[in-house]
Amino acid sequence: MLIDPYIQQILISIGIGVILAQGLNIITGLTGQLSLGHAAFMSIGAFSGALLTIRTGLPLPLALLAGGVVPALAALAVGWPILRLSGDYLAICTLGFAEIVKVVFLNLELTNRAFGLTVPQPETTIPLPLLVLLAALGVTLFAQSVRSSRFGRALMAIRDDEIAAAAAGIDVASHKLQAFAVSAFLAGVGGCLYAHVLGYINPSDFGFLKSVDMLAMVVLGGLGSVPGALLGATILGAAPELLRFMATYRMLVYGAMLVALMVFRPNGLLGGINLVEFVMRRSGRPPRRTGGSP
Amino acid sequence: MILQQLVNGVALGCTYALIALGYTMVYGIISLINFAHGEIFMAGAFAGLLLVAYGKLNLFLALAGAMLVSVLLGIGVEFVAYRPLRRASRLSALISAIGVSIFLSTLAMLLFGANARGFPEGTFPSRQIDIFGAQISSLQLLIIVTAGVLMLALELVVKKTRIGKAMRAASEDYTAAALMGINVNLVVTFTFALGSALAAAGGVLVGVLFNAVSFNMGLHAGIKAFAAAVLGGIGSIPGAVLGGIVLGVAEISGVALGYSSWRDAIAFAILVLVLLVRPTGLLGKRIDRKV
Repeated sequence: MLIDPYIQQILISIGIGVILAQGLNIITGLTGQLSLGHAAFMSIGAFSGALLTIRTGLPLPLALLAGGVVPALAALAVGWPILRLSGDYLAICTLGFAEIVKVVFLNLELTNRAFGLTVPQPETTIPLPLLVLLAALGVTLFAQSVRSSRFGRALMAIRDDEIAAAAAGIDVASHKLQAFAVSAFLAGVGGCLYAHVLGYINPSDFGFLKSVDMLAMVVLGGLGSVPGALLGATILGAAPELLRFMATYRMLVYGAMLVALMVFRPNGLLGGINLVEFVMRRSGRPPRRTGGSP
Repeated sequence: MILQQLVNGVALGCTYALIALGYTMVYGIISLINFAHGEIFMAGAFAGLLLVAYGKLNLFLALAGAMLVSVLLGIGVEFVAYRPLRRASRLSALISAIGVSIFLSTLAMLLFGANARGFPEGTFPSRQIDIFGAQISSLQLLIIVTAGVLMLALELVVKKTRIGKAMRAASEDYTAAALMGINVNLVVTFTFALGSALAAAGGVLVGVLFNAVSFNMGLHAGIKAFAAAVLGGIGSIPGAVLGGIVLGVAEISGVALGYSSWRDAIAFAILVLVLLVRPTGLLGKRIDRKV
């Protein structure tokens, strides 16, 4: 790679952040279901992917696929009972689920208990940092296509008014469940990449603060906005590094920054801005409204 | 043996309940999950510790002092981080609360260091009392009695005073309460003050019980207490107390049965199971969905 390893590392952390944020945005931003436990899906993806590469020597792309499918299945299994809970009850259930997953992994022989797993550097044709960025780009395009699809519009209808959506013929429960699974899939892929890039994972890495990190990215950028999730993940992915010169004051500034950004831009940086419309207006074409923006 | 574990569980549960009350009251009025509440608890513990260690106060005066410090902090946080977001989406306020939480815990780490600190020797005489064959420490008794007194006081404030009546009105319907001439901003400030005072008391008691006060004690206790509030039915004051005690007893029983490394999972497993059977918690009101 031609780029400085330090920049590479920041780019990787941004790339993984983007994948996680786009994933969470689908369930929390588009569907309006607050999840405080997405780190659990990241964790499941990281451990299942890593175990596959360690035990069977599976090539990375297949491990990534498995790292997405396993948490998606887990999401289907836990989502079926818990998604009928509303609002903050759902949030605390996802939080609880994440704590349970963490404790289970800390006690399982398979995941090497509290010692964590060392993951060998995978051999790939494209360099790993580039792969992460390409994956981030791909996930962002995928998220945009989900948002503008019939499925995505149904999700936004559920977010805006569940009863009205149901009256319009949308199967609310099944849509929520599908959105949850897609979201968990992306979180798992992000986690699997994280495992292979870092080379070491520990169940304690995927605690409540990880879920909060993801949520902060999504809300900061603007809930439900795909470019917003990209921007939020970029800012918060780079912030800890860029603020590193402040040494111990770093997290102090980070916390204050979150508060200030929310107070001054309560809907997130790109919340309420429809980029497509904005560009079309600039180029003199009349905007065509498809679906509301949050 | 069973009685012994029950007392251990109730003592732990009482500290959860003290924190959970703050969550549940704030949530009942402005529907905000106040994630900074755990840090208010931590701040209270530190204030109590400093007052005992450097102010040479006795434990009960230090407790009162810590409650005062946390009240001021809680009101300050509400004013800076939540009040400007009263009309914004609830998630924005949630992120703001998370920001406050990160800020306060980092600040505590910078001010007091990363290591846990203990209360000075002899802050409260620790003695084993034998009741019906169960060994109960005087610390546990202190926690249960103090928590009981504070909860009773809260009950009196909420049920018997004018501001308590305003709180109940605002939690029933925030807008209607405002239209009836209730100063809802004052009510919110008062609610934060009450919740913070109880959290600070919880902080000092936990600090004395485990003889450890650290900058990161807020996060963990906060999550558990929030789970307790939801378990009891968020928004319900008796629910928070019940939820706290149920979680405390369940955790201690799990540890007593030899599953100590599963401790954190036990509390949440119970929470998830209860929510599946009773989606609004043990004592929560049924929410009617309106068009």
